[in-house]
Amino acid sequence: MVGESAAIVQRTSPGRHAPALFAIIREANMRVQNVHKVFDREVVAIENLTLEIQSGEFVAILGPSGCGKTTLLRIIAGLDRPSAGAVEMGEGKIAYVFQDAHLLPWRNVLRNVALPLELIGVSRIERLAAAMEALRQVGLSDAIRRYPAQLSGGMKMRVSLARALVTKPKFLLLDEPFAALDEITRQKLDEQLRELWLRHRMTVLFVTHSTAEATFLANRAVVLSSRPAKLVQDLTIDLPAKREGSLRSEPAFAAITRLIYGALERGGA
Amino acid sequence: MKTRGNIFRSLLPPVVVLILAVAAMEIAARMLNEPFLLPRPGAVALAMVDHRMDLAASLWTTTQATLIGFFASAVAGVAVAMILAAWPLARRAIYPYTVFFQTVPIVAIAPLLVIWCGPGIGAVALSSFIVSVFPVIANTMAGLLSTDPALEDLFRLYEASPWARLWKLKLPSAMPSIFTGLRIAAGLAVIGTVVGEFLVGLFGPGEGLGVRIISAKKTGHTEIVFAAVLLASLLGLAMFAAINLAAKLLLRRWHAPEQN
Repeated sequence: MVGESAAIVQRTSPGRHAPALFAIIREANMRVQNVHKVFDREVVAIENLTLEIQSGEFVAILGPSGCGKTTLLRIIAGLDRPSAGAVEMGEGKIAYVFQDAHLLPWRNVLRNVALPLELIGVSRIERLAAAMEALRQVGLSDAIRRYPAQLSGGMKMRVSLARALVTKPKFLLLDEPFAALDEITRQKLDEQLRELWLRHRMTVLFVTHSTAEATFLANRAVVLSSRPAKLVQDLTIDLPAKREGSLRSEPAFAAITRLIYGALERGGA
Repeated sequence: MKTRGNIFRSLLPPVVVLILAVAAMEIAARMLNEPFLLPRPGAVALAMVDHRMDLAASLWTTTQATLIGFFASAVAGVAVAMILAAWPLARRAIYPYTVFFQTVPIVAIAPLLVIWCGPGIGAVALSSFIVSVFPVIANTMAGLLSTDPALEDLFRLYEASPWARLWKLKLPSAMPSIFTGLRIAAGLAVIGTVVGEFLVGLFGPGEGLGVRIISAKKTGHTEIVFAAVLLASLLGLAMFAAINLAAKLLLRRWHAPEQN
C-alpha cells in the first residue's frame, strides 16, 4: 500500500552548482561530472551533464528516444569515452544489460550465465555454482540445459539478467531491458528486478522511456531533454520499498507518472 | 524428428528426376544410335563394372588430390581470414589480392604449377587449392567481421583477453559462415583437381579421373568418359554431404538451418 502522501522532492535543478564538493565525493558512490559527448565532431549527444548517485540507489533515467540515454549509460560502463568531463565510481564490479538479451546462441543457459565469471578467470566449479544461484534468483532453475533458441523472449531476458547478476555487481546498468517484451511479461520482470534490488541493494541505473516502469521500479527518476541530453528534472520517488503489482493503480503512483510525464514534455519529448 | 515417411517423401522427387533423366538418355541414345556421341546408360553402367579397378584407382587418385587441396584451402583460408579480420591495415592492403584466387585463369598458370611442383599430385592439389581457397577466405572473414557488437561490448566489459574474444566469441559466431565457405570450396576443390589433372596430364596406372576422361576420349570410349564424370560428381557430392553432416553436428543446437 502507498503511504498517505507521496512526497516528491526536487533534488537538483539544471545549472545548480554542487556545493561542498568534498562531502559529496565521499558520500556519492558514482559521480558523473560535467560529461559532454560529441559524435562526428558536430552532433552533441550529451551536454555538460552532472549527476551524483548514492550507493544502493535505484535510479531510472528517462528521456525522449535518441536523446543520449544509452550513450550516457555506455560512458558510465566504460564502453564509450566522454568527449569532456569524467565519471568517478566507487569500488565494485559493473554489469550491463542490453536492450535485447544478446546471449551466445551456441551456449546453453547455464554456460551463458557463467560466461562473465569465465572471462574474469573464476574456476569452473565456482562459476557454475554461481550461475546456478543467479538462475535460481530469476526463477530459471529448470531451464539450465536449454539453448537460447528454445527460450521465449521473457526467458531470454531473465537469462540476460542472471548473467548480469552472476558477478554480484555493485553497479547494475540496464538499457531499456524489457522494452521488447509484452506488457505482462514486462511487469513481471519489473517486479522481479525490484525484489532482486531489495535483496542485494546494488546501485541500479535503469534507462527506460516508460513513466510507469520508472515509477514502479525506481527511487529516483532523472529526466533528460531531447538531444543534446541535459538534466530537466531529478525527482525522488517516495513510494514504499516493497512494491506489488497493485501499486500501479494507486493515485500516488499516477501522480508521480504524471509528474515525470510533465518533465519529459518540458524536455521536448 | 524425421519419420520414415518423411524421408521417403523427401527422397522421392530427386529419385523420380533421376529415373526420368536416365530414361531420356536411353531414348535419345537409341534414336541417335551413335555410341561415340551419346552412349546408352546401360553402356555407362557396364563400363563402370568392366573398368571398376581402373576407375577405382582413378577415383582414389582424384580423391587424394581433392582432399589435400580442400584441407589446404580450409586451413589456409580460415587462417588468412583470421589475420585479415583482426588487422584492418592487412585487410585493406591484402584482401584485394586474394581476389586473384577468384579470377586467376587456372588453365593459363598450369605450366607454372608444373614448373613449381613437378608433374605430380602436388601440382594437381595446388590447382585444387587455388580454385577453392577464395570462398573460404571471403566467407570466414565476413563471419568474423559480423560479430554482434553488443556481445563484443560484453566481452570488453569483463576485460576479456583478445584470445578469449577470438575463441569464445568471434570464431563460434563465424562458424555458420565458415561452413558456407567450406561447402562452396568442396565442390570447387573437385573441379580444381579434375582441371588440374587435365592440364598436368599424368598418364599411367592410377591416373586421376581428369586424365582418365582425356585418355578415354582419345580412344573413343565415351561411355568411360561418362563413367568418370559421374564418379567426379559423386566425389563432390560426398564431400558436400560430409561437410553438411559436420555442420549439423556442430551447429544444430543453435543455428536454424541445421535444425532440420
